[in-house]
Amino acid sequence: MASTEGQQHPLGIYFKIWILLFILSGFSYAVDYYQFEGYLRWFLIIVFMMLKAGLIVAVFMHMIWERLALVYAIIVPPLLLLVFVGIGTLEGDYTFLTREIFFGGAE
Amino acid sequence: MTESAPLLDGTPGVIADWSSDQRAFKKTPWGKAMMWIFLLSDTFIFSCFLISYGTVRMSTTIPWPNPSEVFALTMFGHHVPLLLIAIMTFVLITSSGTMALAVNFGYRKDRMTCFWLLLATAILGATFVGMQAFEWTKLIVDEGVRPWGNPMGAPQFGAIFFMVTGFHGTHVSFGVLFLFIMAVKVYRGKMDREEPGFMTGRKQDYGMIEVMGLYWHFVDLVWVFIFAVFYLW
Repeated sequence: MASTEGQQHPLGIYFKIWILLFILSGFSYAVDYYQFEGYLRWFLIIVFMMLKAGLIVAVFMHMIWERLALVYAIIVPPLLLLVFVGIGTLEGDYTFLTREIFFGGAE
Repeated sequence: MTESAPLLDGTPGVIADWSSDQRAFKKTPWGKAMMWIFLLSDTFIFSCFLISYGTVRMSTTIPWPNPSEVFALTMFGHHVPLLLIAIMTFVLITSSGTMALAVNFGYRKDRMTCFWLLLATAILGATFVGMQAFEWTKLIVDEGVRPWGNPMGAPQFGAIFFMVTGFHGTHVSFGVLFLFIMAVKVYRGKMDREEPGFMTGRKQDYGMIEVMGLYWHFVDLVWVFIFAVFYLW
């Protein structure tokens, strides 16, 4: 091998993850097809989304085989986005409330 | 390059790597580290789009158009919700699989298998962009969706839709372009002979395919999030 720093793994794991991604996507689509509603819909959508994202990053992007210094540098900063999501939720709810009061006819 | 001290694992390894001289990402070619950092910044860009979308959708007092209905197709007399989007999702996952295999066969020095897999990935990516163009045409021409309004509900729907899927589609398009470039390079045996790159003058090796793969898988990753929060919500 020219590069000793390359990632080399058995083919089997890629096929397994590939099939898993197909199955999870099928489940995601089924959530819409069978019209699940409310919190169940939310829960299923988020679970399938995170599982798919995790499998892609961990195996297809080789994250589980990288050194921890790189893994932390890439995985930890996006966790800050959860704060941003929280701020967005507060702001969205507040805007909705003020719009209801001023445009909704509630005196 | 040789490392003088043996590398540590676990948390002591993180501290040792980060506090070490010259190079924090041990055993990682700089091209790969830079691609990861680029992808991290791209993560923040797409997150900004999706979080703004969430905020806009929560704050509108006019009902949001139902994506399940908007993106439904009638096939053979059956009304199937979200069909085109589901097919696009499967096409992109398939392309991610062929990309992962291309990286693997590249490191095995299996030049022609790597080439065909890269070509397949590029063609699947182009198919995805084609279906997206079809979807945009359907929405703009048949359903009258505009960035400033649409007949189905909240006017912000169009702005968010064109922004998010347009930005993602641009990423896919550039990915397809670079996949074709990489496929040609592999076909010509540039990586096997370690020829200097046209633009950089750097020795080319199959690590480049892995870096290309990181970008391509990221595009698939972003689609996972768009599919979940925009189309399924």
